[in-house]
Amino acid sequence: MSKQQEKSIGWTMPVLAAHVANDLEDGWCVNLGIGLPTLVADFIPEGKEIILHSENGLLGLGPKPAPGEEDMDLVNAGKEPITLEPGGSYFSQSESFAMIRGGHLDAAVLGAFQVSQYGDLASWKLPDKLLGRVGGAMDLTVGSKRVYLFMKHCTKTGEAKIVEKCEYPLTAKHCVDRIYTDLAIVDVTQNGLVVRQLAPGVTFDYVQERTAAPLKKGEAVTSEIESTGVQT
Amino acid sequence: MIDKKFNLAEQAVADIQDGATLLVGGFGGSGLPSNLIAALTEQGAKNLTVVSNNIGAVSDGVAALISNNQVSKIMCSFPVGPHADDLIQRLENGKIELEIVPQGTLAERIRAGGAGIPAFYTPTGVHTELGEGKEVRVFNNREYLLEEAIVGDYAFVKADTADRWGNLVYRKTQRNFNPVMATAAKTTIAEVNRIVEVGELDPEEIITQSVYVHRLVLLDGVREGRVLINE
Repeated sequence: MSKQQEKSIGWTMPVLAAHVANDLEDGWCVNLGIGLPTLVADFIPEGKEIILHSENGLLGLGPKPAPGEEDMDLVNAGKEPITLEPGGSYFSQSESFAMIRGGHLDAAVLGAFQVSQYGDLASWKLPDKLLGRVGGAMDLTVGSKRVYLFMKHCTKTGEAKIVEKCEYPLTAKHCVDRIYTDLAIVDVTQNGLVVRQLAPGVTFDYVQERTAAPLKKGEAVTSEIESTGVQT
Repeated sequence: MIDKKFNLAEQAVADIQDGATLLVGGFGGSGLPSNLIAALTEQGAKNLTVVSNNIGAVSDGVAALISNNQVSKIMCSFPVGPHADDLIQRLENGKIELEIVPQGTLAERIRAGGAGIPAFYTPTGVHTELGEGKEVRVFNNREYLLEEAIVGDYAFVKADTADRWGNLVYRKTQRNFNPVMATAAKTTIAEVNRIVEVGELDPEEIITQSVYVHRLVLLDGVREGRVLINE
């Protein structure tokens, strides 16, 4: 596989964000993590009401403000200016994390350094760094009803991020429910990692080669490959 | 007559002793009491333990106290940002101790401190590096960590409007850690954009009750946006 092909294969991040947004159910309260996951907000389908939570103390997060209308007292967890939707509200940090830890959020969409076949997540500290940046990640992973990861399938240097056992410091054990990557959507189940959908132009074997843990084919996956006629 | 107003931030922070524990509100620059921090850099108290969520996100936050060699211990959730270089350098040479605390645990430890609860169990951090050495107890087949309350000698908070008694109203996400920290210090100092007469705030909108607030400093605009060390 040449580098050119590597680049063109799989979903782009905006398309992947649309897949995540499509899977969020009408009426859910959802926290989108800093970085890539914030893309999901731009793809929530028309007519679906998703209430976005920002852990710095806001429910009902809206889109970025127009240039010149930024208000530095109205920011998201990434400290970027945002807006508040009608029905939105502000609250303190203890209230915000009571919502999170108390199991009131339907889903959290988070980034990851590594995720294991058992759904263990490593997302706050790289082993070669002096400092970790935990923020709300450990609370979101233990508290949210569902934890979805939104990430590139491999690191920039091509190493698998889905592994048998996390080598990096853990954020939480057994917390991840589903993994969305540029190559596939993978469920973490009692029976291991199950591929539920493959990106166009991607085969099961191609994903398995880039995954350092055993994958199983989900029921719907075979038909997807047949219907797109994709070859490795 | 109750009057908690100090004319200058310098006067409001004058009695802070070396070795004090200081809670600093804010999330990045939003809700950050930067005028009180600036006054403390001039006052010069040393060996401070500082509890604040973000270190190094902005230059006029806790980073200014670190750069001024006033801090011996930091408790925070996010010690990363464009102004964290001095923290990293002081960690490497052993001049500062750092305790990273998950954000929700940090908030709840402070809430507990203000509410007279010495410790509590939380599921956050179980089986992680940040939970090492902490008591684990099982409730309903799930593991929880014992976390201890945080109490400050002083809290620096920022609010939008105060009344003369010290009732506080915040503006948007400026609220963040401020109402929690206001409850958890022996002396809470609030910097505010305006002070109104008692009775002018709607009782339904008061977020921090005056019982928690001991000193008020009205921003005069002189320090607003002032550039400090590192920038």
